[in-house]
Amino acid sequence: MDEGSVPVAEDPGRRRRVHGMLKLYYGLNEEGKAPEQPESLDPCDINGPHFDPELYLNKLRRECSLTELMDQETCMVRQIRSLDSDMQTLVYENYNKFISATDTIRKMKNDFKKMEDEMDCLSANMAAITEFSARISGTLQDQHAQITKLSGVHTLLRKLQFLFELPARLNKCLELQAYAQAVNTHRRARCVLQQYSHLPSFKGIQDDCHAIMDKLAQELRQKFRDGGSSAKDLSECVELLLQLDEPAEELCDKFLSHARSRLESDLQGLEAEIRPSLPSPASNTDILEFIDRGCNEFVSSLCLVITSYQELFINHAQKGELLHAFVDDLAARYFMLVERRIQEEKGVGDNSLLVRALDRFHRRLQAVAKLLPGSAVPNKGTEIVIRAATERVKQYLSALQSFYMDSLTDVRQALATPRLSVAGTSVAGPASGRDAPTSLPELLSSLSASILNQIKSVLASVHLFTAKDITFSNKPYFKGEFCSQGVRESLVVSFIKFVCQSSRQFCETAGDKGGSTPPALLLLLSRLCLDYETSTISYILTLTDEQFLVQHHSPVTPVTTLCAEAREAAQKLLNHYVKVQGLIISQMLRKSVETRDWVNTIEPRNVRAVMKRVVEDTTSIDVQVGLLYEEGVRKAHSSDSSKRTFSVYSSSRQQARYAASYTPRYHSSTHTAQLVAEKILHFHLHVFLLPQVSVMTGIIKISLKTFLECVRLRTFGRYGLQQIQVDCHYLQMYLWRFVSDENLVHFLLDEIVGSAAHRCLDPAPMEQSVIEVICERG
Amino acid sequence: MEDDAPVIYGLEFQARALTAQTAETDAVRFLVGTQSLKFDNQIHIIDFDDENNIINKNVLLHQAGEIWHIGASPADKAVLTTCYNKTSDSRVVSCAAVWRMPSDWETGNHESPDESAHNPQTLELLCHLDDSTHGNAACVLWEPMGDGKRMISLADNHALLWDLQESSTQATVSSTATLEGKGQLKFTSGKWSPHHNCSQLATANDTAIRGWDLRTMRVWSVRYNHSHDQLVLTASRDSRLILSNMVSISSEPFGHLVDDEELSEGEELHQEDKGKEPLKDSVVSTYEEHEDSVYAAEWSSADPWLFASLSYDGRLVINRVPRALKYRILL
Repeated sequence: MDEGSVPVAEDPGRRRRVHGMLKLYYGLNEEGKAPEQPESLDPCDINGPHFDPELYLNKLRRECSLTELMDQETCMVRQIRSLDSDMQTLVYENYNKFISATDTIRKMKNDFKKMEDEMDCLSANMAAITEFSARISGTLQDQHAQITKLSGVHTLLRKLQFLFELPARLNKCLELQAYAQAVNTHRRARCVLQQYSHLPSFKGIQDDCHAIMDKLAQELRQKFRDGGSSAKDLSECVELLLQLDEPAEELCDKFLSHARSRLESDLQGLEAEIRPSLPSPASNTDILEFIDRGCNEFVSSLCLVITSYQELFINHAQKGELLHAFVDDLAARYFMLVERRIQEEKGVGDNSLLVRALDRFHRRLQAVAKLLPGSAVPNKGTEIVIRAATERVKQYLSALQSFYMDSLTDVRQALATPRLSVAGTSVAGPASGRDAPTSLPELLSSLSASILNQIKSVLASVHLFTAKDITFSNKPYFKGEFCSQGVRESLVVSFIKFVCQSSRQFCETAGDKGGSTPPALLLLLSRLCLDYETSTISYILTLTDEQFLVQHHSPVTPVTTLCAEAREAAQKLLNHYVKVQGLIISQMLRKSVETRDWVNTIEPRNVRAVMKRVVEDTTSIDVQVGLLYEEGVRKAHSSDSSKRTFSVYSSSRQQARYAASYTPRYHSSTHTAQLVAEKILHFHLHVFLLPQVSVMTGIIKISLKTFLECVRLRTFGRYGLQQIQVDCHYLQMYLWRFVSDENLVHFLLDEIVGSAAHRCLDPAPMEQSVIEVICERG
Repeated sequence: MEDDAPVIYGLEFQARALTAQTAETDAVRFLVGTQSLKFDNQIHIIDFDDENNIINKNVLLHQAGEIWHIGASPADKAVLTTCYNKTSDSRVVSCAAVWRMPSDWETGNHESPDESAHNPQTLELLCHLDDSTHGNAACVLWEPMGDGKRMISLADNHALLWDLQESSTQATVSSTATLEGKGQLKFTSGKWSPHHNCSQLATANDTAIRGWDLRTMRVWSVRYNHSHDQLVLTASRDSRLILSNMVSISSEPFGHLVDDEELSEGEELHQEDKGKEPLKDSVVSTYEEHEDSVYAAEWSSADPWLFASLSYDGRLVINRVPRALKYRILL
């Protein structure tokens, strides 16, 4: 076993050496694999390079049992055998390969020898060819020069032929009106002809050509002058003429004048569209169509003219201002027409049409701006748009105003109608008085609602001017001034001012014809103005500011000013209402005193009908005022001293007012003396402190004062005085309810009776009890 | 520079007629006519001593009836007209007459003013301004610059132009004009225009004012041009007297001068110097010395800065234009 094991142990080392040599021979590098197999330095590793069979055997013998050794031995023998067979196979293979390689090398040696011979033959042939070629080119040298010369002559002759044929060709072109070709041809020949003009034949040709070209130019000019052709033809014409060295200035002028005539015909077309609209507005084209036509015809031709001009006369820089002047002039006329057309746009119905038209107008002018930078045209166009917008705002204002006046007329009619029906049902006491004004609050609310709606719709219409998709809306004017000065100031604020103004006018015009403005209308307007002061104005202005994003660059009218104005108007109207109603009642009283013969009158049996009428009217006025002026205002403005009086009055009012029986209540009579001393007749209306009561007090004061004055102008008999006594007592029974302090009524009525007694020829007053009986019976 | 306190003079009776003695240009003198149904009415001649702030009075009896209007002749100090009510047989008749004051009232009364109050002398009747067709004279207006021969009386809705003849003892109507319109219109007051050679006058009824041209006696305008007026006095029923400085009231409707509540009644307007510098229209001052309706106010004919006002309760107050304003207008 030992013997067997030794050769086995030696064999791998030898085999490895053989492997290495083979590798060396074939140029294979062992390095690639070397690092992967770190060589084990263990002498007991049977595959390692440092294997020591002695050590290994000793180790085995020391460590292993007999059976293990036996196993080891069989295993080793098996391995040795397989290794032996492997080696045998390898040797066989390698041997075969070596043999075939040797064969191949030998065969290659033979082949190369053959190839070398062929190469030698080839190089010999090439040398022969080179020699031949050199000889041939040497012989052909002369002929080649000759051919070149001949072909040069040929070209020259062709050129000459072209020249000789030129007149004919030009003529033909002329006949066919192929001007462009003619000019092109001539241009090509011109230099040559010029150069050789000293030769008589060329001279002749040149002259012919000149003649023809002159004719051509003539024709072109003629065509140009006729101007009937399209703009494109025209510009072609000009281009050709320019190439024919026509003077640019003249052409320029002519070109422009032609363009002008064409543009003017466009303008005339536009103008014609404006004219017929005057007699028959029905057939009128709307503004959008008009602007469309203007854009499509005028503006686009203008653009065309500008482009072709710039193309044609691009070298003539100094012509720029000529074009500018030309464009400005024509555009000015166009603008004039557009403005005239816009001015005809009076109806305020549909603003969107106008805005769209203006937008289109403005948009198309931008094209001009691009073509002709630095032109004033687009700015002028913007100015027109601005003017149109301002004009529009004005129109809206007047529309609003007329709407307001119309609604007032409606209100007036509405007020007049129930009044008639009341007159028809004759005197039916406070009930009929109520019928008429029940609609007052409704009228007020419908009036203010319709005005507000109108304002809103106008704002919406105007808002179109600043819509995002409109080209001119981003101009600084439309962003700033239009919103603040245009819309806010001259539209909204002006309208509010107008409302106040017209309200004040109602107070001024009346004079002695107080009937021209129904008192109820005054009352209604007063309430309207007051509402404006408290809420509507600020609402409208906030709405406007929000809608238009008003940025106040310039000072604007503050809300407070408008409110103050509205308040003043409301106060004035209410004062005037008091005056008018007072005058109406005064007039009744006055007529009743003046038309009677007080000296020769009969003994009083009844309260005079006039007094009943006065009480009735006063009651209905009270109801009327109460309908419009209610709690809110009183609470807001009443001072504490008057509040107390009023609350007493208010609580007792409902049951006391229409009470049939006469139960005078003399409450709150604490400051009688003070009042009388204070000259209570002074006419101070603090209407908003206690609207209803103040109004009634004012009216009653006026009426009774008139009564007093009329009495003082008359002379009374005994019964005359007694009648006055009865009347005054009757008034006292009913009028104290309406005033803030009934002492006032008492004082005035006392004064009346006193004055009558003074002016009585036979002053014998009636007994108080009799008076009371008469009054209660009445 | 305090203004002098107003001077107040009381009458026993109610009164609403007041005039300046137009022909008197030296002394400040006013005539007041009383209104009483039961007693003899009087005409008080009020002399105001400007320097001493003292009032002297003389009383003349006017027995014909209660005086509604009084007018003094511009030519003769002693001649005056009154419109008065006569009651007879329980009928009231309005009449107008021209009177002459007794020639010795001035001399006689100076010696014993107290006595004269008790034994007043009586006016001498010169002539009645009677016209059977036109009764109820409301006021009589003398032609302001004339020789005391012509005057206008306003009766109901008629205006009559009278010519006085034979030292004012005879009066004849030389022309008339009638205001026509709805309802019963009545003239209540009037005034001659000092301009236009005294051929025009203005009348007031209710709240309207009308201008008349005497040469034709036709309405020529419904407005009266006050463009040369500056200081305007308004008397009103709320017992106040208001002195307004109206620089430019030309072509203003008369109604604007009237106190708010008034039907035009008892107003007196008087013209003053034309303002040299533009002063604002404004109320200069309000006088509240009266306690009853003020029916008459009149500028003095002698002193243009002095005026009197008369209230129904018989109180006569003499006031001056505030000095500050006076100097502003003058300088």
